[in-house]
Amino acid sequence: MLQLKNISFSAENEDGKKEILKNITMDIDDGFLAITGPNGGGKSTLAKIIAGILKPTSGKIFLDGEDITDLSITERAKRGISFAFQQPVRFKGITVHDLIRLAAGKEITMSEACDYLSQVGLCARDYINREVNASLSGGELKRIEIATVLARSTKVSLFDEPEAGIDLWSFGNLINVFEKMYSTLGGTIIIISHQERILNIADKVAVLQAGELKSYGEAKDILPEMLGSTASVCPVLTSNVKGAE
Amino acid sequence: MDNIQKDLLKIIADMDGVTGGAYNIRANGSSAARAVTENVEIKNKTDRDGIDIIIRPGTVGETIHIPVVITESGVNDLVYNDFIIGDDADVTIMAGCGIHNCGDDESRHDGIHSFFVGKNAKVKYIERHYGAGDGKGDKNMNPTTVVSIDAGGYMEMETNQIKGIDNTTRVTRASLLDGATLIIREKLMTHGTQRAETDFSVDMNGEGSSANVVSRSVATDNSVQVYRSNINGNSKCHGHTECDAIIMGDARVSAIPEINANHIDASLIHEAAIGKIAGEQLIKLMSLGLTEKQAEEEIVNGFLK
Repeated sequence: MLQLKNISFSAENEDGKKEILKNITMDIDDGFLAITGPNGGGKSTLAKIIAGILKPTSGKIFLDGEDITDLSITERAKRGISFAFQQPVRFKGITVHDLIRLAAGKEITMSEACDYLSQVGLCARDYINREVNASLSGGELKRIEIATVLARSTKVSLFDEPEAGIDLWSFGNLINVFEKMYSTLGGTIIIISHQERILNIADKVAVLQAGELKSYGEAKDILPEMLGSTASVCPVLTSNVKGAE
Repeated sequence: MDNIQKDLLKIIADMDGVTGGAYNIRANGSSAARAVTENVEIKNKTDRDGIDIIIRPGTVGETIHIPVVITESGVNDLVYNDFIIGDDADVTIMAGCGIHNCGDDESRHDGIHSFFVGKNAKVKYIERHYGAGDGKGDKNMNPTTVVSIDAGGYMEMETNQIKGIDNTTRVTRASLLDGATLIIREKLMTHGTQRAETDFSVDMNGEGSSANVVSRSVATDNSVQVYRSNINGNSKCHGHTECDAIIMGDARVSAIPEINANHIDASLIHEAAIGKIAGEQLIKLMSLGLTEKQAEEEIVNGFLK
């Protein structure tokens, strides 16, 4: 179980200090959690705090009862946290095979590579020896990023907007990836997403808005309420959305 | 030949025991072993130290090994090797220099290699430089490569120097006739207080000629690297030069690419980038469970692969 206790995060900008996360407390059980909410609400910051890329200004994080707040990215990875970046990183010279091998933590065979890559809709034969550089498209990189998390098979898997940049007609496959991952691996899968289809397969949904945890609970309770008031923050948006219905 | 020499040969020339095909091994300043084939003749120069390697026109699929090893401290070796590659030949040439210096005197090898690539001939030239040994004596190499490619000829040059060499100035000069192609790939890593200087100059004189000069390097510790390239488009031609360097520690790297278009149809590009390893690359690999040091090693190894 992953526990966030009173997590706050602020960053300096030209107007002074900006509070990005305000006192977030969540108990995240095994299962499928979707974190959603408007852009700029603090979702990616929260994911980076869980992965150890950012340190919270205050608050504590526990993994299975252990305080991991001061652990490095590497130590958290070793304890079983995986993170698929929103914008995957490019490397000159490092191949898809290298990246999956490093993710798996061992040498992998062609058929194992094929297993991970085919799940994200890529043919291992075409991709395994390609460099993870600018020659790959954004969507291809995104799929490879997801494959590295599959290869890690850890108890906590975090995905920051996995659907961004992936063409819609393979979107169904992406949903299958998460469902299969959940059924074979168990553990905690946290997906930051704006996609209703992803929210629909979640057990729990959290809504982050302006740095605050606006609501958090069972998907069946949160979703109807949330989708009914999508644009409630702004009367113009609300009337436009209503007008479009 | 002793075991140190055999190890060096394996590293620089993939030579493990007896190799088929033509070869000439130079050890500690003199010729140690040689073999020729029906199509490849190797003979000593009469006017100075060095050899002529003459590849008969139309020779296809042969690999020629021309390694140099130095295992004695204080050897100062200067050699001239000429490669004459006949028209329509298609061959691979592996040269390289390994120095194992356990002594305190400088060991040095300066090789001046000239290539005459015939009409429509194709040659792949692989050059590796390697230094080992824990003596205080410097391990220095200064290879000069002079290339002239006749009409329709093609040469691909791969040059690798991964650590171990204290001082190097590598000079490459090339001239290309109609439709000739030259591709150069350099990989370089320096550490400690090493100094490596690279100087490429290519004259594209023939119509439809093309040159692509790509260098990837990593400079660590207090080492210093200088990359110079000068691509001259004197005809309708395509030229591209790229220098990509990772800088670490207190190292210094200079990239000085120059392109000169002397003809209206010359099309020339240069790219140069120097920087430390991107923070996000380290973070990504650390999020896979690697330590920062391991992540750095993977990034550097991949970059120089």
